Amino acid sequence: MTTETAVRPPDAAESGAPPERHRWTGLPALGFLAPFMILYLAFIIGPTLYGLVMSFFDTSLVKPGLSGFAGFGNYTEALQSSDFWSSLWHTLWFTILTTPPLIILAFAFALLADRARYGRWFFRLAFFAPFILPSAVVALIWIFLYTPGLGLIETALAKVSITSPNWLGDPVWAMPSLAMTTIWWTLGFNFVLYLAGLQEIPRELYEASSIDGASVWQQIRKITIPMLGRTTTLVAVLQVIASLKVFDQMYIMTSGGPNFATRSILEYVYDQGFTNFRVGYAAAVSMLFFLVVLAVSAVWFALVRRQEKEV
Amino acid sequence: MTDLAQRAEFRVKLFNRICIGVLIAFALLWIVPLAWALDTALKPNAETTKTTWAIADPTLDAFSRVLRDTDILTWFGSSLFIATLSAAGTVLVASLAAYALSRMRFRYRNVVFWLVLAGIMIPGQVLIVPWFRQFDALGLLNTWWAVSLPQIPTAIAVFIFKQFFDGLPRELEEVARMDGASYLRIYRRIIMPLARPAVAAVAIFTFVQSWNDLLWPLLVLSNPDIMTIPVGLATVQGSFGIRYADTMASAILGAIPLVAVFLLFQRNIVEGIAGSGLKG
Repeated sequence: MTTETAVRPPDAAESGAPPERHRWTGLPALGFLAPFMILYLAFIIGPTLYGLVMSFFDTSLVKPGLSGFAGFGNYTEALQSSDFWSSLWHTLWFTILTTPPLIILAFAFALLADRARYGRWFFRLAFFAPFILPSAVVALIWIFLYTPGLGLIETALAKVSITSPNWLGDPVWAMPSLAMTTIWWTLGFNFVLYLAGLQEIPRELYEASSIDGASVWQQIRKITIPMLGRTTTLVAVLQVIASLKVFDQMYIMTSGGPNFATRSILEYVYDQGFTNFRVGYAAAVSMLFFLVVLAVSAVWFALVRRQEKEV
Repeated sequence: MTDLAQRAEFRVKLFNRICIGVLIAFALLWIVPLAWALDTALKPNAETTKTTWAIADPTLDAFSRVLRDTDILTWFGSSLFIATLSAAGTVLVASLAAYALSRMRFRYRNVVFWLVLAGIMIPGQVLIVPWFRQFDALGLLNTWWAVSLPQIPTAIAVFIFKQFFDGLPRELEEVARMDGASYLRIYRRIIMPLARPAVAAVAIFTFVQSWNDLLWPLLVLSNPDIMTIPVGLATVQGSFGIRYADTMASAILGAIPLVAVFLLFQRNIVEGIAGSGLKG
């Protein structure tokens, strides 16, 4: 996302500047940085380190202090717990169910909307508006849509003689139902990223290729998809990270049920830390989850590096 | 025009029509849940089980019941205050830091830069356990501070501002510097007025994110008097029972401010996503 800035030596832009500007500006810089850095150390870096420390102790929510040292006890317990693995699997399953549709549909809709000469605002409104709704609102609407006996989805499917499953009540269907809700809710964000990417492709490429007799499909395959490579990498990684962080929909719509079939890793952290009061253990699970997110980010960095070399 | 060219043009037009048709079908499908929620909210509770679309006589009863029976107006105030504080705080501290990183030379600049870069990797959700103990120790649970403060130091906001500042020509400040203007004056009078698109993007995103956040506010706000809209809605969700009109009315009320923000700033939001350095 900002690798370009990160990779470029920050001083490069200033080379060749008049020497007058090379004065030591440490004091004003400190003043400008202080408000951010103080809050940043207090609420991001500090808590990260504190969480790391806590994960090695049997810290309880209801007792002050860190309590007894546990070593890697919390970690081995988590890795041996079937609840940990099942919630990790649910999170992964949710990610698998949501990521491909959210990339492919967003791409397809953006491609189609790019051809529209009029009414782009309408498509942006239709696809993007759900994205800004609070998860609680989305959940309330979709619980109603899925309600057995009177929900709109069941009624609509009955009209074409399809018998609906018990969307949120059946352990097999609960996760796909949550995925469907999430696709409806968040597609707009990726849609807009793709629309922006499409606008950056030079028109001349299409004109030249159509003179050469390329069909629309050939243009999409040979020009559009390769030119959107970086957008797709970005969309994919943002999507995977967002999907791994799922909590809200499950908390409100199914409370992790039925029969824990939709308990995500963050809900497991929530349950362990704030229902069982085992915050030390919850911190260890958080750290394991953080490792997963880091691994995903690392893969993304590697991909971006490679793409930058190719271009 | 030759026959062949005419036929090719016709085919392209036909293809475009089909594309737009498919897209409109999907767009309508996307609108159905919202339309149905609105439709239900405008019915009396007794009629919500009938799945007819037509609303013979719409009624605002459900809305007035929700406004009367729940604390939704209090939650509005709470959400508005928290989201505004978070957005304003983020814009201020992130732009100041980004200005230093973009325009000033100082020792350990790279260290600071990489420290901020590292912060992008840390998802706030993994910090809920330490945050909870921290705010418990500070005695700040059930306060607005507990919700806003952790949201203010957003690493990504620093990057958005830094990228924007890096793109501004340095000559703009040269004259002011020669006249002896301080950094703070340059930041306030020259840089920030030019950075309006970045300010809008960061402010809107922080605001929306703060307004919609559930997990962390759910943990720290247990007092109904200062709950935010998502926490309030999640908490009362079960209490509506089968009063579907009331449930949908409360959902719509909870969404109104953001829909308004969206309609007002549609362009900024979309351009913000597209141009905020998120593009990769």
